[in-house]
Amino acid sequence: MAKRIEVSGLHAYYGGTHAIEDISMTVEPRSVTAFIGPSGCGKSTFLRTLNRMHEVIPGARVEGKVMLDDDDLYAPSVDPVAVRRTVGMVFQRPNPFPTMSIYDNVAAGLKLNGVRRKSQLDDIVEDSLKGANLWEEVKDRLGKPGAGLSGGQQQRLCIARAIAVQPQVLLMDEPCSALDPISTLAIEDLIAKLKNQYTIVIVTHNMQQAARVSDRTAFFNIAGTGRPGKLIEIDDTSKIFTNPEQKATEDYITGRFG
Amino acid sequence: MSTPSTSLGSVSASRKIKDRLVQGLVYLAFALAVIPLVSLLWTVVKHGTARFDATFFSHSMNGVAGRDAGGGAYHAIIGTLEQVLIASVISVPLGVLTAVYLVEYGRRGRLSKVISFFVDVMTGIPSIVAGLFILAMWMLTLGIGKQGQGFAGSLALSILMVPTVIRATEEMLKLVPNDLREASYALGVPRWRTICFVILPTALPGILTGVMLAVARVMGETAPLLLTIAVTKAINTNPFSGPQSSLPTFIWDQAGDPNQHAIDRAWSAALVLILIIMLFNLAARLIARAYKPTGR
Amino acid sequence: MSTQSGVDAAVGARHRADTRRLSTGRTGDRIFAGAARGSGILVLAIMAAIAVFLIWKAIPALQDNKANFITSQDWNPNATPPKFGIAQLAFGTVMSAGLSLVMATPVAIAIALFIAYYSPRKIASGLGYVVDLLAAVPSIVYGLWGLRVLAPHMDGISRFLNDVLGWIPFFGGDSPGKNSIFTASVVLAIMILPIISSISREVFLQVPRANVEAALALGATRWEMIRLAVLPYGQSGVIGASMLGLGRAMGETIAVAMVLTFVPGINIHLLEDGGSTFAANIAKSFGEASPTGRGALIASGLVLFVITLVVNMAARAVVARRKEFV
Repeated sequence: MAKRIEVSGLHAYYGGTHAIEDISMTVEPRSVTAFIGPSGCGKSTFLRTLNRMHEVIPGARVEGKVMLDDDDLYAPSVDPVAVRRTVGMVFQRPNPFPTMSIYDNVAAGLKLNGVRRKSQLDDIVEDSLKGANLWEEVKDRLGKPGAGLSGGQQQRLCIARAIAVQPQVLLMDEPCSALDPISTLAIEDLIAKLKNQYTIVIVTHNMQQAARVSDRTAFFNIAGTGRPGKLIEIDDTSKIFTNPEQKATEDYITGRFG
Repeated sequence: MSTPSTSLGSVSASRKIKDRLVQGLVYLAFALAVIPLVSLLWTVVKHGTARFDATFFSHSMNGVAGRDAGGGAYHAIIGTLEQVLIASVISVPLGVLTAVYLVEYGRRGRLSKVISFFVDVMTGIPSIVAGLFILAMWMLTLGIGKQGQGFAGSLALSILMVPTVIRATEEMLKLVPNDLREASYALGVPRWRTICFVILPTALPGILTGVMLAVARVMGETAPLLLTIAVTKAINTNPFSGPQSSLPTFIWDQAGDPNQHAIDRAWSAALVLILIIMLFNLAARLIARAYKPTGR
Repeated sequence: MSTQSGVDAAVGARHRADTRRLSTGRTGDRIFAGAARGSGILVLAIMAAIAVFLIWKAIPALQDNKANFITSQDWNPNATPPKFGIAQLAFGTVMSAGLSLVMATPVAIAIALFIAYYSPRKIASGLGYVVDLLAAVPSIVYGLWGLRVLAPHMDGISRFLNDVLGWIPFFGGDSPGKNSIFTASVVLAIMILPIISSISREVFLQVPRANVEAALALGATRWEMIRLAVLPYGQSGVIGASMLGLGRAMGETIAVAMVLTFVPGINIHLLEDGGSTFAANIAKSFGEASPTGRGALIASGLVLFVITLVVNMAARAVVARRKEFV
């Protein structure tokens, strides 16, 4: 059920600011693609264009084409709400709904989509929590608030919430940057498991993480402050980290770059 | 909303309808709030201009009966301005000093907690109760201004003004960065000088804005004045002796009279009152904008 | 110190000078701190005085009262013997304020949502200002408008409600009018709308962006996002805001006094002319009140004071509880 993403000629803007310029790439299904690059290079912005979350920021807009298999996400007839249901997202900081229990957090997306039967909800919640490697830790306190979990558990809860609606693609925006090393490891293990089912795109600041979890890596860069971010190159992760095509990529990988 | 020819699936019709429905309701609610505002301002302007003339601003109601044309609100305007001015003179120092105590001295102490609690209580005092209190204490117990007195009205207004001034000043003092205090202490400047010459001036525009809004608020208060200043038709420029008039009580008095001339005067006074209040509100906003702290 | 060497003496002199300068600072500090503290204490004293004087001046009238102060519906403190009770006033106050709350709260929440989440960002603060303008209009002007503009329109509305909802006792009765508790509550609703709406707006704007985005990323429509992320977060803030509005509505005097026509006795038919509230009764009967009458009014004001106090305290407690999240 994972799908291929094909982006062509994509630009994104915040009001008058040109944030990313002319990006084209293909993201393969059932694989992990990592986006790396310096701060402000537009990698998170680009990620958010893949489920039309970019446009929820006032004044933000997108030009270009994003194909999910045969569907253009930005076609006029497409409802962004349907896009976001198909392309799930996990954020930098764990953001469970603070007033909801663990169970309700996972079930939130399902209830929106009209799943009402208790037994069905129970099954999917359990599957999703298992899928997110969280079930064992929380099965006895599903009714407790999600905000009471540790940071790493909260992030896995958010992943469970995202996969509960069975998306085609899972976007992760620096999912480990607010977590300690042990929680990070748990998430990375989870990513390795999830890629058998989903197309995963992960933005990360951490190059070792990109090297550990991803099959392909895309390097983004920015020519200077106020200039739009660009895709420098995308290739197999092993190639990017050992023998990149571009000088800029090599400089960044080897740390010769701010 | 035709189903899109994609495999993305679509949002179910009922969810979309619900979303649209709520959007419609929310727009409707806003329109609903604007209707009375527009109606109110429109009628005040329309009827208010009938007697918005020179006589209105230069004459009192002395010797003018409800059914007579003419007459004016000069005495009421004078009364309102004096009463509000005195109320400000009383409540601004009291309010600012209390806020200084709460923020600069009493931080987290027992006394400041108690004061803070009672400031909240004071904010909720119905205006008529403030009037009753001044009636009971000032006029009935101390026996001052038994026949009504402008100053008694000012006292009642002060009770309503003080908590507003305290809260506004408190907010502003809290916004003053701690670095500024420490920098000043580090230079060996005593605390009171730091507060008077560093902290209060920094917070001044915000405090002024708060005071202006408080003034605008009490200017329209009627209930406490009804109990304290008594109603007079004559000009009395001395707030410390004898009954005074005020714009709100003037409106109350004239609106209660069935004659058209009186009702016209009530509308004009309402227009004058709204104009003065808007002026204060506008001034407050301009001050706030002109000195808006950068980086917020 | 005089026996020490020159250097030490210089240091000592500077030290003395310093102490002197510091001590002037201390005197100033003491005066200023004293003034600040004194002001705070004065505020407390005023609050205490309000309670003391209201009670003190109410007692003689209450002692002369030949009717039950709580349960009597009469208000004849000027008669001999004086007979007065607050039953009718309490009924009118609770009914008019409660009804106004029922009308104002949903609209205020919707307005807050409109400004925070529906209106274009550029004009949002301008729209907020429009709503705040409603708060700047003095109550006497609301009263004038309510009496001369709104009340004539309420005639038809009251009759319509009476026809449709007449089976509910509150909307029943034979002669719906325009100077009823219902009309008063409409005016009150307009007056408390900006209070509830502006606090709710503040609360809604504080909803963390992360929660909003979490809902949207799950494929929530705007309304579903509001239901998932905004309303649960803002719930207690909104409840607190409406209770503050309730307190305000209960204490409102002039607008109610102008709109209502006084008819003695409790009338549960809220669409019919008549009714009174604590505050409106004080404003209306003060003019011809005898000394006992004044005392009676002060006693009723004391009751109003206590009621609004309780409501406001509860409201603040609810708003403060909100901080437990986050």
